Amino acid sequence: MRVRIFVSLKPGVLDPQGKAIERSLHALGYEEVKEVRAGKYFELHIEAASHETAAVRIRAMCDKLLANPVIEDYRFELE
Amino acid sequence: MVLGGAVGEAAMRWGVIVFPGSCDEQDVFDALKREMGQKVKLLWHKDQLAGRYDCLVLPGGFSYGDYLRCGAMARFSPIMRDVVQFAQSGGYVLGICNGFQILCEAGLLPGALVRNSGLQFVCQQVSLRVEETDTPFTATVKKGQLLKIPIKHGEGCYYADSVTLEHLRQKRQVLLRYVDAKGKASFAGNPNGSVDNIAGVCNETRNVVGLMPHPEDACSRLLGSEDGLKIFSSIADACAQRGKTP
Repeated sequence: MRVRIFVSLKPGVLDPQGKAIERSLHALGYEEVKEVRAGKYFELHIEAASHETAAVRIRAMCDKLLANPVIEDYRFELE
Repeated sequence: MVLGGAVGEAAMRWGVIVFPGSCDEQDVFDALKREMGQKVKLLWHKDQLAGRYDCLVLPGGFSYGDYLRCGAMARFSPIMRDVVQFAQSGGYVLGICNGFQILCEAGLLPGALVRNSGLQFVCQQVSLRVEETDTPFTATVKKGQLLKIPIKHGEGCYYADSVTLEHLRQKRQVLLRYVDAKGKASFAGNPNGSVDNIAGVCNETRNVVGLMPHPEDACSRLLGSEDGLKIFSSIADACAQRGKTP
């Protein structure tokens, strides 16, 4: 089963990297970009009996390691 | 594992944890041994804590290459189980730079450290203002005193949400702030964008401390400042006090 995990900064957290990327896009002429927030993407291939059992384990992996709950939110998709 | 200080004249014992990628453990070791004549041992992250320790130091560096997030993987190193237990039993734990990051990831300290707001790695001397002195780490300095200690980090921007910040203020857990030449916690005096110019915090029971600056690099006049010694000797003093029978 393939799992796609998206980790993003919580709204209140400063994202200077996102800001730098935003400026670069503007410098390239993409003035329509109003804001950029940079996050992380993980792709996992796991063995699981079902989406339900996988979801429980994936959530635990995110809570423990893949995302820091102080500064990050996450969501995931199971295939 | 026995908590130190119980036996009258027994010398204080420091343990400095070494993770793969740690690089400042030797500076801490030298500062404690050479400048202060302390008993210090380097402890490999895969080992169990054996014997009596009074203070454990998590040093600076790039544990696990800072992969994923700084300190995110080090917090699961085998020795951390003992470090957490040691902290929960009241043992003194000092996290410096990457050590601070590891303690936050481990949940032993509130908040988190993120990328410097200016995006650049900053390597410079800073002025820190002591905010609280009723901790083993700051008991021998004065409230409001300025310490000159260097920082060298790319991810030293302290963040905590408004609820946590209010809690920190109420419980007086902010121990050190970045200040400017006039001693004010201003924007100009903030080298990395840390919220409220916070440079160092302690936990609620005041036995665990984390700070981004490196006191071990401010332990000799040759290096430009001896203010780091004040923090280490404060801890040594607190341990000596602990050892005295009431």
